[in-house]
Amino acid sequence: MAQLTLVRFREFIREPEAVFWTFVFPILLAAGLGIAFRQRGPDKVQIGVVTSAPGSSTVAQSLTKDSSLVVTTYDDSAAALALRTGKVALLVVPGSAKDSVHYIYDRGRSDAVSARVLVDRAVQAGAGRIDPVRVSDSYVTEAGSRYIDFLIPGLLGMNLMGSSIWGLGFAIVTARSKKLLKRLMATPMSRVQYLLSFLCSRLVFLILEVATLLGFGHWAFGVPLRGSLVALFLIALLGAISFGGLGLLTASRARTTEAVSGIMNFIMLPMWIFSGVFFSSSNFPSGIQPFIKLLPLTALNDALRANMLEGASFATVSPQILVILVWGVVTFFAALKLFRWR
Amino acid sequence: MMTLVEESVPALRGQGLRKAYSDVVAVDGLDLRVDAGECFGLLGPNGAGKTTTIEICEGLLTADSGDVEVLGRRWETDEKDLRELLGIQLQDTQLSEKLTVDETLTLFQSFYRDARDIGRVIDQVELSEKRHSRVGGLSGGQKQRLAIACALVGNPQLLFLDEPTTGLDPVSRRQLWELISKFQAEGKTIVLTTHYMEEAERLCDRVAIVDHGKVIAMGTPRELIDSVDVSHLPPPEPRKTSATLEDVFVSLTGRGLHDE
Repeated sequence: MAQLTLVRFREFIREPEAVFWTFVFPILLAAGLGIAFRQRGPDKVQIGVVTSAPGSSTVAQSLTKDSSLVVTTYDDSAAALALRTGKVALLVVPGSAKDSVHYIYDRGRSDAVSARVLVDRAVQAGAGRIDPVRVSDSYVTEAGSRYIDFLIPGLLGMNLMGSSIWGLGFAIVTARSKKLLKRLMATPMSRVQYLLSFLCSRLVFLILEVATLLGFGHWAFGVPLRGSLVALFLIALLGAISFGGLGLLTASRARTTEAVSGIMNFIMLPMWIFSGVFFSSSNFPSGIQPFIKLLPLTALNDALRANMLEGASFATVSPQILVILVWGVVTFFAALKLFRWR
Repeated sequence: MMTLVEESVPALRGQGLRKAYSDVVAVDGLDLRVDAGECFGLLGPNGAGKTTTIEICEGLLTADSGDVEVLGRRWETDEKDLRELLGIQLQDTQLSEKLTVDETLTLFQSFYRDARDIGRVIDQVELSEKRHSRVGGLSGGQKQRLAIACALVGNPQLLFLDEPTTGLDPVSRRQLWELISKFQAEGKTIVLTTHYMEEAERLCDRVAIVDHGKVIAMGTPRELIDSVDVSHLPPPEPRKTSATLEDVFVSLTGRGLHDE
């Protein structure tokens, strides 16, 4: 058993590609997406002022005072083009009368609607309006509500699924297609130990996988770890074992690696899409939500997020744990039943 | 452990073996008997049913009908014991390329209760220099010797070799012959398949010629050769009796192994 597990380690470590996809790729992905969706300062709104009307310079002046607006002046035709191409969110057309202003914008664009509010505030203030209530603002950014905070647990779940299914699926099917499995069957080796050696080696790599990805997220982006780390590790462990069962099942019949990669993609693709890795699964219609909730990756991702972001206890996520466990047990026994040993 | 080698108990006995695949009958009522301490050869052209027969005897395939007894035991009831007592080399196993020779043998050794020392097995198959090389970097002959080392490491009573020398150059082939002879000299039994007549003549005490899933002749190589009615044969080609072309090749390329 120890020797079998050691062999798993050696085969994995001596495969540089496998090491890359398991450890380096998720970190690169997290870094890339984390940077792309990082929190920026409030966006400035681009607006245009049409210069043909007489009062335009006063209006433009009072608009420029507002720091959240970027004001460009246009003549009639250029203004129409700027609006049509989305260069500006809103056009300000000072009226012929001194105290009238006309706004042109698309009501369906949310930035145009907020530009309308900002512009109007600046125009009215410039004309001398005094707000009756004095207000003050303070700004906060809450760690835990950003995209990267959503993403890291999702990536962790996806990685646990991928390395369990790929790791087991390919190793077993390769051994089968090279007749190595048959050769091992010709020794007194225990079949159960053979399958367990895969799960055992997964567990050791699991510690590394979880630690690198979470360590990176925490160190580089300050992703919170609000729940108990022991519970988090336990959730990851159960997830990895459960997906190990699914991995064994995918590998139980296939004779070639081509066949098994097809099966693996068929199994994993729906979960990549539905299980809330990159975006929340609540975006899907409510009719299919119950099915989404029953996918093992949804359960794992929900449990990981609840632990990390909400600090939920292990007991709180027990429904998800149950889903994960049922998948693991059912797939493991189905795999044992179906497994083609030669 | 009970006494394994008794005069009366054959090392291998197969009776009325039959195995059909969807489109072809591979083994069609085949009988075999191999005595303990014998080197027995299954001869025949490709597709004759040699591999199917040997895999039924190894307990890797189940015959559709017929009876197999190995070292006086049956696969249905004594599989665990039998696995400890047999050494098996399959026709085209590819061992993991990422492991070294030493690691591969350590793995196989770990499966057996009464295993042999790895260093000695490696010496025996002359892979000492390659002990810490990866399997992926070995030549065909070296891989084949490693496959046989894997079969020997469990200290077997009975060794099954399926076309052990196919695809090897004459030097590697002779190397393997010596290895097999030494194993037999320890009083152990060997069952091998081959389609090289010279190999059978050289190694085997008795041979069975198999074709279309049946034994068409069985006996010592001498008996089989003598049974041929010479008058029906075309005139013999001129041939030296003392040596073959293979001998010439070996004498020119050297007897020692060039470990490529």
